[in-house]
Amino acid sequence: MAKSSLRVSLVAGLGVMVLAACAPPSDNGGSDSGSGGGSDAKTATSAADLGGMDGLVKAAKKEGELNVIALPPDWANYANIIKGFSAKYGIKVNSAQPDAASQDEINAAKSLKGTTRAPDVFDLGQSVALANTSMFADYKVSTWDDVPADFKDENGAWINDYGGYMSIGYDSSKVPDVTGVDDLLGKEFKGKVALNGDPTTAGAAFSGVMMASLASGGSADDIAPGVDFFGKLKKAGNFLPVDPTSATIESGQTPVVIDWDYLNAAESKKLDSWKVVVPDNAVIAGYYYQAVNADAPHPAAARLWEEYLYSDEGQNGWLGGGARPVRADAMVKAGTIDKAAYDALPPVNGQAVTPTVAQTEKATTYLTANWAKTVG
Amino acid sequence: MNRFSRFTAWLALLPFLLYLLVFLVAPTLTVMVGAFQENGRFTLVNVQALFSGTVLHVLRTSLILSAVSALVGAVLGAFLTYLVATRPATSAFRRVVTAVSGVLAQFGGVPLAFAFIATLGFSGVVTEALRSTLGVDIFGSGWLFGLPGLILVYSYFQIPLMVIVFLPALDGIRPQWREAAVNLGASTWQYWRRVAGPMLLPAFLGSALLLFANAFAAYATAAVLVSQGQPILPLLIRSALTSEVVLGRQNLAFALAFEMVVVVAVVMTLYSLLVRRTSRWLR
Repeated sequence: MAKSSLRVSLVAGLGVMVLAACAPPSDNGGSDSGSGGGSDAKTATSAADLGGMDGLVKAAKKEGELNVIALPPDWANYANIIKGFSAKYGIKVNSAQPDAASQDEINAAKSLKGTTRAPDVFDLGQSVALANTSMFADYKVSTWDDVPADFKDENGAWINDYGGYMSIGYDSSKVPDVTGVDDLLGKEFKGKVALNGDPTTAGAAFSGVMMASLASGGSADDIAPGVDFFGKLKKAGNFLPVDPTSATIESGQTPVVIDWDYLNAAESKKLDSWKVVVPDNAVIAGYYYQAVNADAPHPAAARLWEEYLYSDEGQNGWLGGGARPVRADAMVKAGTIDKAAYDALPPVNGQAVTPTVAQTEKATTYLTANWAKTVG
Repeated sequence: MNRFSRFTAWLALLPFLLYLLVFLVAPTLTVMVGAFQENGRFTLVNVQALFSGTVLHVLRTSLILSAVSALVGAVLGAFLTYLVATRPATSAFRRVVTAVSGVLAQFGGVPLAFAFIATLGFSGVVTEALRSTLGVDIFGSGWLFGLPGLILVYSYFQIPLMVIVFLPALDGIRPQWREAAVNLGASTWQYWRRVAGPMLLPAFLGSALLLFANAFAAYATAAVLVSQGQPILPLLIRSALTSEVVLGRQNLAFALAFEMVVVVAVVMTLYSLLVRRTSRWLR
């Protein structure tokens, strides 16, 4: 081996050089990032910095494009929100990797940094958002004051956008009515109960286990009963380790799905027999986080997108997808909320629990050590 | 060969060597370096994490899946290969089987997983047919989406692969040897036990090891079928890279990949030793 090791190291050195030569070129003026709005928009912390909404719209139109990432069309009505934004401002929206996870968004922003393809804005789960605040640009939308203090960063690095409650969606033509988590252990549910993702990977699944924990005598501080519940579900032969999607729900492969209520509610529109229930006294709330990429290739369009999302129109857009927009209370007061959609949200009984960062970390540690053993 | 022509021969190889560098050597080195780093500093934390309960459990499942599917593929594949090898080279049966094997050995990943889901899933064609005609529920509690299902689906591409890699060895067995053995009074059992068996054994084991490595590194098929518990190493690597719950495990992913490189390297070393041993018979 000794003879060839020198050759290998030479070869490796060459390889590194080749790779360096393949690195993406830093982008200069690929899409008119030079003059005018671009540079001001990069540092703008509110629309006022660009001469009000008119100035922002002008700068964004000049850029002409917006890169979004990890926004599934059937998630919280994003398909229509993107359409609405495009139509209103004549800006082309490039939607990359619609099914990506939060961490993929951050990875993409890092690996595409400096190119015109980097994501302009993020829509992230709690853990990923709070771990990467250094990558966000401070920006406060004009409706900033409507949002309660707990739902935003004081400097404007991030702001909660929409949220919901953990729910059980089920196909009433295939299984009996579900009222609570324990019902799922019944023998009518053999091989029928799916969780949206793996709780050590996906935020939605994590909250699903949290919900099961609350229903089984645990708390946000103690996720163990939730893991035990899924262990029992597995033993009963009811737990189906399939990743549920619209396709699996409509084709009947996943007759019961534990997921956010807005995602389950979206399925009811496609499948009449699909019902959604938020279990009593096991109400886990979760909000997603919205932020602007500090290195956005289209800084003005990114900020205009935020303004659109937090306008009445954008908020009602999310509501149309069954999600609870963060300005809901203020909009109810002002009478601007889409009443029909708001009243159609699944009813909730009991105090909503939003796990803190510390509680989430504690639960994560437990899950990492025990989940695979319990369901694997 | 004079020095100049040797140089041009190397030159002709250059594109291939560059390709190897960029797509094999460089990534492997990145993985090895990354496995011993955290935030750019040297550390053994991630390599130590390989010996935690969860990772060992997943390694075990990975090895079981690869070993069982390789064994099933090797045994059934060897029988099929024997049937093929005993036919004349021009026979239709032989040509069809080798052609089909060539295609199916590469038919893995997402299409294969979906084909099985559409056939044996909860509302699959066969499941529905058996349910409505015989009242039999073959779906049970979703075994297709666990280890048994993975073994079944993996075997689907392992058997044809075995046919492709094992056929040359069987073709190398000359009919004259059999005739000679029979002339010397050997029974069929003795011929297989004393002549053909020992000659084919290294090739058989070598092919089985290749199948093992093939299953060990397969990712897409399992990614579609299994979404809970990350039961095999490639899925655990995906989780370490993309998890939105547990953050900052990129270097653990490197360490896991490094572990896989080590396992495959061991297997391939054994494979090449066995091939060296059998090539003597196939001249």
